[in-house]
Amino acid sequence: MSTSSGYISSTPSLEPSGTGSPVLEVDDLHVEFRVRSGVVHAVNGISYHVDQGETLAILGESGSGKSVSAQAIMGILDSPPAVITGGGIHFQGRDILTMTEEEQRQIRGPGIAMIFQDALSALNPVYSVGFQIGEMFRAHRGTSKKEAKQKAIELMDRVRIPAAARRVNDYPHQFSGGMRQRVMIAMALALDPRILIADEPTTALDVTVQAQVMDLLKDLQRDTGMGLILITHDLGVVNEVADRVAVMYAGRIVETGTVDEVFTRPAMPYTVGLMNSIPQVEAKGGRLKPIVGQPPNLARIPSGCPFHPRCPRARTGAAAAAGRDCVTDLPLLRVVTPGREAACHYSEEVLGG
Amino acid sequence: MGRYVARRLLLTIPVLIGASFLIFAMVYALPGDPIRALAGDRPLAPAVVAQLRAQFNLDDPLVIQYGKYVAGLTHLDLGTDFHQRPVLEIITDRLPVTVKLTVVAVLLEASIGLVAGVFAGIRRNGYFDNLVLVSTTLIISIPILVLAFVSQYVLGLKFGWFPIAGIQQGWYSYLLPGLVLASGSLAYVARLTRTSIAENMNADYVRTAKAKGLPRRTIIVRHTLRNSLIPVITFIGADVGALLGGAIVTEAVFNIPGIGRAVFDAVRGQEGAVVVGIVTLMVFFFIFFNLIVDVLYAVLDPRIRYD
Ligand SMILES: Nc1ncnc2c1ncn2[C@@H]1O[C@H](COP(=O)(O)OP(=O)(O)OP(=O)(O)O)[C@@H](O)[C@H]1O
Ligand code: SF4
Ligand SMILES: [Mg+2]
Repeated sequence: MSTSSGYISSTPSLEPSGTGSPVLEVDDLHVEFRVRSGVVHAVNGISYHVDQGETLAILGESGSGKSVSAQAIMGILDSPPAVITGGGIHFQGRDILTMTEEEQRQIRGPGIAMIFQDALSALNPVYSVGFQIGEMFRAHRGTSKKEAKQKAIELMDRVRIPAAARRVNDYPHQFSGGMRQRVMIAMALALDPRILIADEPTTALDVTVQAQVMDLLKDLQRDTGMGLILITHDLGVVNEVADRVAVMYAGRIVETGTVDEVFTRPAMPYTVGLMNSIPQVEAKGGRLKPIVGQPPNLARIPSGCPFHPRCPRARTGAAAAAGRDCVTDLPLLRVVTPGREAACHYSEEVLGG
Repeated sequence: MGRYVARRLLLTIPVLIGASFLIFAMVYALPGDPIRALAGDRPLAPAVVAQLRAQFNLDDPLVIQYGKYVAGLTHLDLGTDFHQRPVLEIITDRLPVTVKLTVVAVLLEASIGLVAGVFAGIRRNGYFDNLVLVSTTLIISIPILVLAFVSQYVLGLKFGWFPIAGIQQGWYSYLLPGLVLASGSLAYVARLTRTSIAENMNADYVRTAKAKGLPRRTIIVRHTLRNSLIPVITFIGADVGALLGGAIVTEAVFNIPGIGRAVFDAVRGQEGAVVVGIVTLMVFFFIFFNLIVDVLYAVLDPRIRYD
């Protein structure tokens, strides 16, 4: 699929500021939830970047902070109780967190867009899909209602919804799950965002439909050159579409690198567990099976390496090297091989087999 | 939709027949002799009593009386009261007064209830929200009769802000009775709006609206209020019918000459024809506004379809 006539060019002010610099850079981001029972440390200093046209996959078991970090970028955290307690989110070189409310709003849509897992609840049931897609143009470009609808039809065509012109006035509940997710995608792509965050975009769909939606996303990314942050449990999909991967555990990134490297030679015991949890990575639709032990309680994260209660390689006391006691010393994310970072005291041994 | 409405309208006929029969039976079962009550202290000649009893079929069994009543209905004859005044005339005479009272009540219910509910719902657990919670709890727990007398005494008699009774001062006379009549529903509307908004503010599609970069006002008005108001509007619609019927107490206390007051007097005088005519009309209003609400629901929420 080439750049079709339905392609909508981006606002000039949102063009990449300079070549080479990442479009999005998350820097030591911290998010906590202050709830009645205490403080839940959902995101504890994550950093990553996404370049133009690149796909970064974020992996990690349930509750590891994948969605919360995405919501922080999007500015849609439930606050209260959520509080961003530190770090920066740089979009095209500027920190979103220091922008005014209005500046942030202008980035949502044309700059960064997001699609959600459950399109049925993410779309407003009382407005037609055409209206909801068209809203993007009306809110950001002041487009007339009529013209916005026309644009909505073009976008629906673009995400390959059959008979778009006839269905533009239909309501979300009148579409199948896969078509609804396409509506979400059309809406997110309306203003040609530089970054698209897809939070488990296919989890709620049938297996056959999952592949179609992923193919569509890939094609659209190729056409637009947007950066894609893909949050998923599906290692098969990651293997197929992602360039780099970041593995999250207890609100931290514990390993990052190219998909090929991380998948074939993980440098951190948690990642090893993830890879072993499915027989073949190539098997599509394979979901993560939990690693032995309970996921950490984010209100009381274990000392030292948060993974140590579950880690088969954990060393403590006399067995540990100086300053590398898994129970007391927190391993920081460090370069283990060129282009590879892992947060483990004993990555070299893990890599060595 | 058209067929659905037609079917529902047809269904009201048997319901009205059943309702009118029940009301008829209840009046029939009332103790005491209406003719003697009518006469009061003055003794009536036995011949006159007999003539009246015959005219109003009072000596017939219930079913025969009802049959004769229905027979009259077929040519729009709703019977007369004991003073020979046609019931139809009583209704056309009194109904506009009750309609006015109901309009005032519904307007107060919708405006005050909605505004209070919206602000309470948007800033939940704030000062205003707590005020709304406490005051609505109070209003809901006080019987309307007490509320009517107290407001009549305090606001009408003591402060003199409102007329105490009657409708001599036009629309202004309807304000206090309207408020009393609407009070319970008003409190309920405020609560319903508050809950509905609070619920919708956490909805996924509101989060989507924010992620789309819509302005705050659009998010609140278009994606929160619009959805939240569906249950509220339908409640108010159904309540119109209920208020028309609920006017009996208010009209009696504030001496408003509407159909509620007429029914109140008719029950005391055992005026069977008047009671049956008016109460059946109230039942009809109730059913009718419920039908309107069902239609409205489908208009407001595209997921609802009647086929
Ligand atoms: N509204 C909230 N209030 C309190 N805690 C929250 C809230 N939202 C998220 N959390 C906490 O933040 C943590 C991270 O949640 P998050 O949704 O990011 O997980 P996730 O990695 O996306 O998991 P999943 O794979 O299940 O989607 C969770 O442990 C949860 O307890
Ligand atoms: S630091 Fe220790 S506990 Fe943590 S992953 Fe590495 S070996 Fe396991
Ligand atoms: Mg999630």
